[in-house]
Amino acid sequence: MTLREIAKLLNATVCIGESRLDEEVEHAFASDLMSDVLTLKDTPMLVTGLCNIQTIRTCDMASLDIIVVVRNKKVTDDMIELAEDDDMVILSCPYSMFKACGLLYDAGIKPLY
Amino acid sequence: MHQEYTVVEGDFVNAGKASSSVKKTLKQLNVEPGIVKRVVVALYEAEVNAIAHAYGGKVLVDIESDKIKMVVADKGPGIPDIALAMQEGYSTARPEVRDMGFGAGMGLPNMQKNVDKLNVTSEVGVGTTVEMEVNF
Repeated sequence: MTLREIAKLLNATVCIGESRLDEEVEHAFASDLMSDVLTLKDTPMLVTGLCNIQTIRTCDMASLDIIVVVRNKKVTDDMIELAEDDDMVILSCPYSMFKACGLLYDAGIKPLY
Repeated sequence: MHQEYTVVEGDFVNAGKASSSVKKTLKQLNVEPGIVKRVVVALYEAEVNAIAHAYGGKVLVDIESDKIKMVVADKGPGIPDIALAMQEGYSTARPEVRDMGFGAGMGLPNMQKNVDKLNVTSEVGVGTTVEMEVNF
């Protein structure tokens, strides 16, 4: 599934990463706990309700570069600036974590575990 | 190559700056991406710990031809029982730390998983020093 299709499915706004929307995504991981994200060996798309500068830094350290923020949380300018350095994609969707994950799973996005 | 960074108490906005800078250096040195990830995840966990629990500290990094040595030394309350702190799920983090997505008691165990050598020394009321090494 492409990021463009994911953005449409989740009714999401593309905060950054417009040029990468034709990339395919296979796996996703959902967590608000950055400590948990830091234990991942793989590099899935992250679905999260935690929307602050540490979300971006954690993804940078864990080599994750696609983030879906749920519940329309405000992605701030400093987050965008940091994400830009690492060529990340950030989508922001209005849905709850539960609904976003349900839609993604139903559309064929696979879990890690 | 020697690098030094200062960590400021409670400065979550800048948490990870040292790790991010080390990541850039290692990438420039063409270190294998899997090893870079192990190094920066461990260092980031240590950096966040120093910011979350202590009153500031230093991050010292030495990159050699076959390994990286990292020391995160803080001035702080110290850890009364290191063995207990190494247990997954044990945490003394404040709510503010948890709001940032940390404080689940996974930091020290995750450092252990990612490095080849880990040594934690601590004196209550003085501070904690975390020494880590990762072989290239």
